[in-house]
Formats: sequence, C-alpha cells, structure tokens
Amino acid sequence: MNAVSQPAGSDKDAIRPFHVNFPEARLADLRKRINATVWPEKEPVADASQGVQLATIQLLARYWGTEYDWRPCEARLNAVPNFITEIDGLDIHFIHVRSKHEDALPLIVTHGWPGSVIEQLKLIDPLTNPTAHGGSAADAFHVVIPSMAGYGFSGKPTTTGWDTTRMARAWTVLMQRLGYTRYVAQGGDWGAFITEQMGVLAPPELLGIHINLPSAAPPEILKALGAGSGPPSGLSAEESKAFERLAYLFTQGLPLFSMMANHPQALYAIADSPVGLAAWFLEHDVRSYELIARAFNGQCEGLSRDDVLDNLTLTWLTNTAISSARLYRENKLPFFAPMGVTIPVAVSAFPDEVYQCPRNWAEQAYPKLIHYNRLEQGGHFAAWEQPKLLSEEVRAGFRSLRA
Amino acid sequence: MNAVPKQMGSDSTAIRNFSVSFPDAKLADLRRRVNATLWPDKETVDDASEGVQLAVIQQVAQYWGTEYDWRPCEARLNALPNFITEIDGLDIHFIHVRSKHENALPLIVTHGWPGSVVEQLKIIDPLTNPTAHGGSAADAFDVVIPSIPGYGFSGKPTAPGWDCPRTARAWNVLMKRLGYTRYVAQGGDWGSLITEQMGVLAPPELLGIHTNLPFAVPAEVLQALGSGTPPAGLSADERRAFERIVFFLTHGLSYAQQMANHPQTLYGIVDSPVGLAAWFLDHDLLSYELIARAFAGQREGLSRDDVLDNITLTWLTNTAISGARFYRENKLPFFAPMGVKIPVAVSAFPDEIYQAPRSWMERAYPKLIHYNKLDRGGHFAAWEQPQALAEEIRAGFRSLRAS
Repeated sequence: MNAVSQPAGSDKDAIRPFHVNFPEARLADLRKRINATVWPEKEPVADASQGVQLATIQLLARYWGTEYDWRPCEARLNAVPNFITEIDGLDIHFIHVRSKHEDALPLIVTHGWPGSVIEQLKLIDPLTNPTAHGGSAADAFHVVIPSMAGYGFSGKPTTTGWDTTRMARAWTVLMQRLGYTRYVAQGGDWGAFITEQMGVLAPPELLGIHINLPSAAPPEILKALGAGSGPPSGLSAEESKAFERLAYLFTQGLPLFSMMANHPQALYAIADSPVGLAAWFLEHDVRSYELIARAFNGQCEGLSRDDVLDNLTLTWLTNTAISSARLYRENKLPFFAPMGVTIPVAVSAFPDEVYQCPRNWAEQAYPKLIHYNRLEQGGHFAAWEQPKLLSEEVRAGFRSLRA
Repeated sequence: MNAVPKQMGSDSTAIRNFSVSFPDAKLADLRRRVNATLWPDKETVDDASEGVQLAVIQQVAQYWGTEYDWRPCEARLNALPNFITEIDGLDIHFIHVRSKHENALPLIVTHGWPGSVVEQLKIIDPLTNPTAHGGSAADAFDVVIPSIPGYGFSGKPTAPGWDCPRTARAWNVLMKRLGYTRYVAQGGDWGSLITEQMGVLAPPELLGIHTNLPFAVPAEVLQALGSGTPPAGLSADERRAFERIVFFLTHGLSYAQQMANHPQTLYGIVDSPVGLAAWFLDHDLLSYELIARAFAGQREGLSRDDVLDNITLTWLTNTAISGARFYRENKLPFFAPMGVKIPVAVSAFPDEIYQAPRSWMERAYPKLIHYNKLDRGGHFAAWEQPQALAEEIRAGFRSLRAS
C-alpha cells in the first residue's frame, strides 16, 4: 500500500489518521499498461448481448491512458478526515466527517461492489452541511463511511470469514469506538446487505436503517426466479416489472457473480490488466453499463468519466480486484430474500436499480417500514449517480427517528 | 496473424499451404508482460477451493517468463503438413498427415477448450505410423486435425452462428474436399460435441465416431443433477459419475457460464498472459491438479511445455475471446444424449469430468461398438495419454474397417 498511516496510539483500538498518496511511478505504470493493452476483435453482434462492447471499453481506455488524472480524486479524499482502526483483527479504513450542527444524527454509510468510498463522496456535504444544500440544521448527520474488508484502504482478509454479517458486527464496534450511542445506517448493494445485517443484529444504539437495494422479494417470487418459471399469478403492474427485472438478472446477469462466488482466485486477469478490470466492473448490471457507456460517448448523466475511473483507479492502485471479489465467495445469504429486520427501515426505490422494489414487498419484508419512496431517476449507484436525491431520501427516511 | 499462408489456387475451395512463424518481437513482448505481472494476494485457504492457487500460477509464470521456449513447438507444428481452406465463409486451419499404409482409414480428430491442435500432436505418429508404436499396418489412419472456428490458426467468426452443428457440417465438407469417401471422427470436450453432431448429421461417408467425453447421461440423471440427490438404483459406477458431474456443475462451471453469457467482457484474458493461463487452468479440478503437479516438478501426463505451448499459441493468435465465444454459440445442453444412431466407440478415462459408465453408453448409443474403462488419464486424453488413446482409437474403429 502506498498510503501513509501514522499510529496515533499504542493500543489496538487506536484510531490512526490516514491519508492517500500514491507515487507518480505507480500512476505512470498504470498509464503505460493501459496504452499497451492487447485488444480482442469486436464482438460479433451490434449490441451489449455478448458483454462490454469493444468500442465502449476502447473509449474508456483512451481517456484513462491520456487525459484522466487521478490526483484530483486523491485530493478530494485527503480533503476529508480519513482514519484506520483495527477491528476483529483487520485494519478498517473509514472517512469520518462531523457536522457543525450539534444535534446531528450519526450515520454509517456502506458502499458496494464494484465500488469503494468514492461512491459516497458526493453525499458527504449534503448530509453533514444540509443548510448549504436546501436542507435545515435539523437534517444534519455526522457521517462515517468505511471501506469494506478487502476493499480500498481497508485490510485484505488473509483467512475466510469476513462476510457481511461479520462486517455488520465490525461496523457496530466502529460506531461504538467513535463514541456514538445512537446512530443510523445506510447502504446499497453489499452496503445494503451489511446494513440489513446490522438491522438483524439490532444493537440498542442502532435506531433504524435506510437502504436503496432492499432484500425484500417475497418467497413466491424467489421460488419462481429459482425455478426459472414465469411470474406468480396476481402480480400488480409494479410487481410484474420488478419480477421481470429480477428474472433478467437471474438469467443473463449472474455468471459474473457466480465466477466471483466460486473461484475469485482464478481472476488473475483483472488484477494484472487495467482494461480487464474496467470491463469486469462495467459488467455489473446492464443499466449501469449503459449509463457508463453513454458517459464515455459524451452524454454525462449521473456518472462522469472521472467518477468511473476514480473508482477503477482506486481499485487498481490498492490491488483489491481479487480481495474485493472474494466477498461474493464469503457471502452465504441468498440474494433478495428478506433477512428478518424488525427495527425501523426506510426504503428508496430507484427506477434503474436491478429491481425497483414495490411498496407492498417492502411492507411485507419490513414490519417497521418508516419510509418508502419511488424515485423517478437513478439506478444502482444511487449515492454516486443521484447524491442530491439520495441525501434528501436519507433525511426524509430518518426524520421520524430523530426525537 | 504472423503465419504465412501461400495461395495454392484461386477459387474459394482452394487448399493453401500454411506454416507458423511468429516474430521474435511478439515472443519478447509476451515474456516482458509475463515478467511484469501484477499479483494479487494469496488465496485465503490452503487448497484450490477459491480457484487457481497463487503459488501454482507463479510457478507457471516463472517458467514461462524465463526458461520456456516457443520455438520447439513451432518447429513441431511446421514439421507437419498444415493447410488452410475456406469453408462456409471462414478460413479453417488443419493438419493433414497421410499414412504410408495404403488402406489407412481417414480420421478427423477435434480438440476442445481450452485447447488447440497442440492437444493432438502426440497422437499423430501412433495413428499414422502404427507399426512404429506397437500396432500393425492394418491399424493405420490418415489423420486430419482442424482448428475449431475462433481457435488457433482458423479464422475468427465475425457474426454469430458458428456453433457445433455448423462446425460439424464444415468438417464433413473438409473431409469431402480432401477426397475422403469413407472416414471416421474422434474428439473430447468441444471436439466430442462436434464429433457427436457429425454423428447426428450422419453423412453416408461417416462410418462411425469415437468419443472420450460422451454426451450420454440419462434423462433421469440429468434431471436429478439440480437437486444433487442421485436417483434410486444407481450402480457404484453410476453413482460415482453422478457425484462427479454434480461437483462440476456446482463448483466448476462458473468460467463456462461467464463465457456462455458475456465472452466479450473477458478483456483481461486477452491483455494479461497470466490471466489467460489461470483462466485455462481453471477448466476442471483434476486437470488443474495434474498441471499443478507438473509445475511442482512431478511430471505425469502433461509437461510444463505442453501446457505453455497451448497457452502461448492462444496468446500469439489472440484467440482467448474468439475461443471463449464457442460457449456462447452453443445451444446444446451439456451431457444430454444427442441421438447418434451411427456406430459409436467410447473410452472412459477415470479423471475425466465424469467416467462414463457402460450402462449409460448402451442406452445413449444404439450402436455402441466399443467401450473401455481406462485406468489412467483425464480430460485431455490425447494430450495426456496419447499411447492409450491411440490404442483406444485403433480398437474402437477396428470393426468398421472391413465394411
């Protein structure tokens, strides 16, 4: 690791300040590798049905190998307070920004795959400094943004066992260590898994959770998906659409995850090839892929070219392509199945998410559903794509818990 | 492509001489890339359950980047008559060795994935020149060894459609073009699917086929694979075969699912030699272990050079993705009988993905003319056990020679 951590205490619960500084030689080596990429032929189809299209990944590589500059991202990271502390034997990196507002509600926000704390950077100011972003002082949060085990600047587990449940326990330790006795949690993707697992653990300090990828598909839906059969009868229009999106994911979108869940250690190619890593990340889901492809074609919507490459470059520089893929192998929880969260839950359903969770599914899955909203815009990377909308959702979602 | 085709005729059915000659610069570039590999951390387990172990792939890379020499393989290829001819709009490369024995039986042998004609080189002399290898002149074959579309020196399809049935039709055209009016066919892996599809087409010239990975699993067994619970009444052989297939489907198939779904996303295996090597080594557990032992100094069926000749050929021809695409083209279910009614010979190797029980073969092939359970050998029978496979091919087709 090329970042500098300074021990600020001697005991293993110490919280050490951290900042990011990769040497110029590493950046030059990355550019050199990108520009020396060996390319395959174009896909034999005119769409994305065979995966990430050659023209798209070549646009990405051209920008990455020439104009793209990592340093502004590094500066943005270093402009917020970063720390590392050891929890359960592993170094956990986190960003911790306290609001100037005294009664701010502490909030831990967790990223997903293929991601890093970069997904959350745009949320920090709207949440900690709401008065500058159309909110009131009563909406303020103190924000903690950890890097998951094996991701970014956190340590890489050297043994098995760091699944979402263990991370959920570690996050409750982290919040305790930071002195927070009342807090809330938020996440999407793996971040939603970890957040819901925190909800299952339900430590008394945790008032409630907010998620933008709920594990809330009813059993009959999961059964139909597993069997590859058609939708159960009697679905509403919203439910039918959600079912179709999930069915699409189950038939066309799972091999990537199956590979990481089965043999992450066979993926040497994504640790050794920057473009190979980029393509693997772009494949996450078809809507995100299309969004990113449009960004590299000059149509910037939720994500910019720099957003995408900041996250990829961070993964490359920290050499976490395989250590992060391993979370799929560690995970033993079924995708989308309710986990039994009985504490208060707020849900935001974005239209381009892998499925837009219908209200009645959320009501069935969460006995204490304190907030539900269907958004008109945004997808899988809500914090990254729609930081304003998501921060408004987080404010609204947790408002009833601030007494 | 760095090989030199020489036009021998002007019409599209011309058979052109071909020889292999990659420039030194490509070999030096490959070595440089191998030696500049960026490595992930070691797997978090002490076995191969997470995929290709770091120590194994580093041994591969160390030998590949230093001692390994491609030129002897190139010389072995060029010592044989190589040709290219256009069939169905695509250049098809093949090796064609005629026996000195007058009544030799023409035989077309097809390789699989992750393979190339390199898999078959060791069986050429035993088959064409049997008297030098413990056989009699009556056992001689004229041997044709094509490269599958998208593999090695064959052309890369630029449109979908080059699946096993189309390749089977092309092989029939090839044998006719070579003037053969009576011939047999052999294969394992994709080579077996293609060979069995030739058996389904059953052109009058095709006397019979030999397979070492038969698609012959009974319907009730295929149906039970999903549950993992064997149907009642299986014999010991059948039960072992069932368990091996279940293991493969649950732990060993992810790479195939990725290639069947989104081959184009695998830019990393085109750009990273070590990434390609690991992807190939991940084919099946027993082959992986065999190859791992070879690189650990314990030489059995495959040598280090065998393994690297095949990977280097794939690298130099840039066929990692075009080869993977064959999985996407395939629409035939794995292991399900195809309905071959012409004579079939089967050799069942113990370390194959499953060792085919005789009872299943008798049900799948109404004209089973040969069945043998071998004591040794695995998925790459021609490559690992050329002497045993050559003897099996002789024995398997012996009854068809008189007709």
